[in-house]
Amino acid sequence: MIPTLDPLAVVFLTLMIICAISVLAVRDLLTSVTIFGTFSFFSATYFAILGAVDVAFTEAAVGAAITAVFFVTAIFRTDRGAD
Amino acid sequence: MKLAFGSPALDAASRLMTPFMLMFGAYVVVHGHDSPGGGFQGGVIIAACIILVRLVRGRAGGWMLAPERALAFACAGLGIFIGVGLLGPIFGGNFLDYSALPLLLEAPKARAAGSMAIEIGVAVTVTGVLSLIFDALVEARDDG
Repeated sequence: MIPTLDPLAVVFLTLMIICAISVLAVRDLLTSVTIFGTFSFFSATYFAILGAVDVAFTEAAVGAAITAVFFVTAIFRTDRGAD
Repeated sequence: MKLAFGSPALDAASRLMTPFMLMFGAYVVVHGHDSPGGGFQGGVIIAACIILVRLVRGRAGGWMLAPERALAFACAGLGIFIGVGLLGPIFGGNFLDYSALPLLLEAPKARAAGSMAIEIGVAVTVTGVLSLIFDALVEARDDG
């Protein structure tokens, strides 16, 4: 039996994969952190589509807001380039 | 962070957002037991509010949660959690069994009240710990 995929889920999963690949490919760490926040927002939306509102809430609050702030602070402390 | 990145636009935006963020955080904490949300998410929102003000206005902005006080917050939240949990065995129930509390309520309402107390403890802990992590990162920057 072939599982059917919601078209909206396909869109968000594709966007998440694109974001994840570009997080690794980008050389600038600040850009990388920003794209990582976008990844968190897409995955939060995907969780909400699946009906897990509580998980989506946690992902949006922790993954997108707090983690991004901590990463940016850590980048200011160190060097911005990935090399 | 001794230097704020304050600019008039950032200052105005953070002034506008701060009360709503605090209000929403409190709402999420208090309504955590019967709707999405809870102590962890609400605590994260309140901590994000504190960190936002610290980023925009710097340490002199009056919103500095000193590391010692943040640590005291974290321990107090843990104390609330364990204390409320231990009220169950004291009144003849199991650990975290709120229906045993002598609250003059029916069991479902007593459970709701007990889990709200637990959520408040979790929120206080999460706020303190996140503020402490931010302080640790920033202090390290100031030293170096």
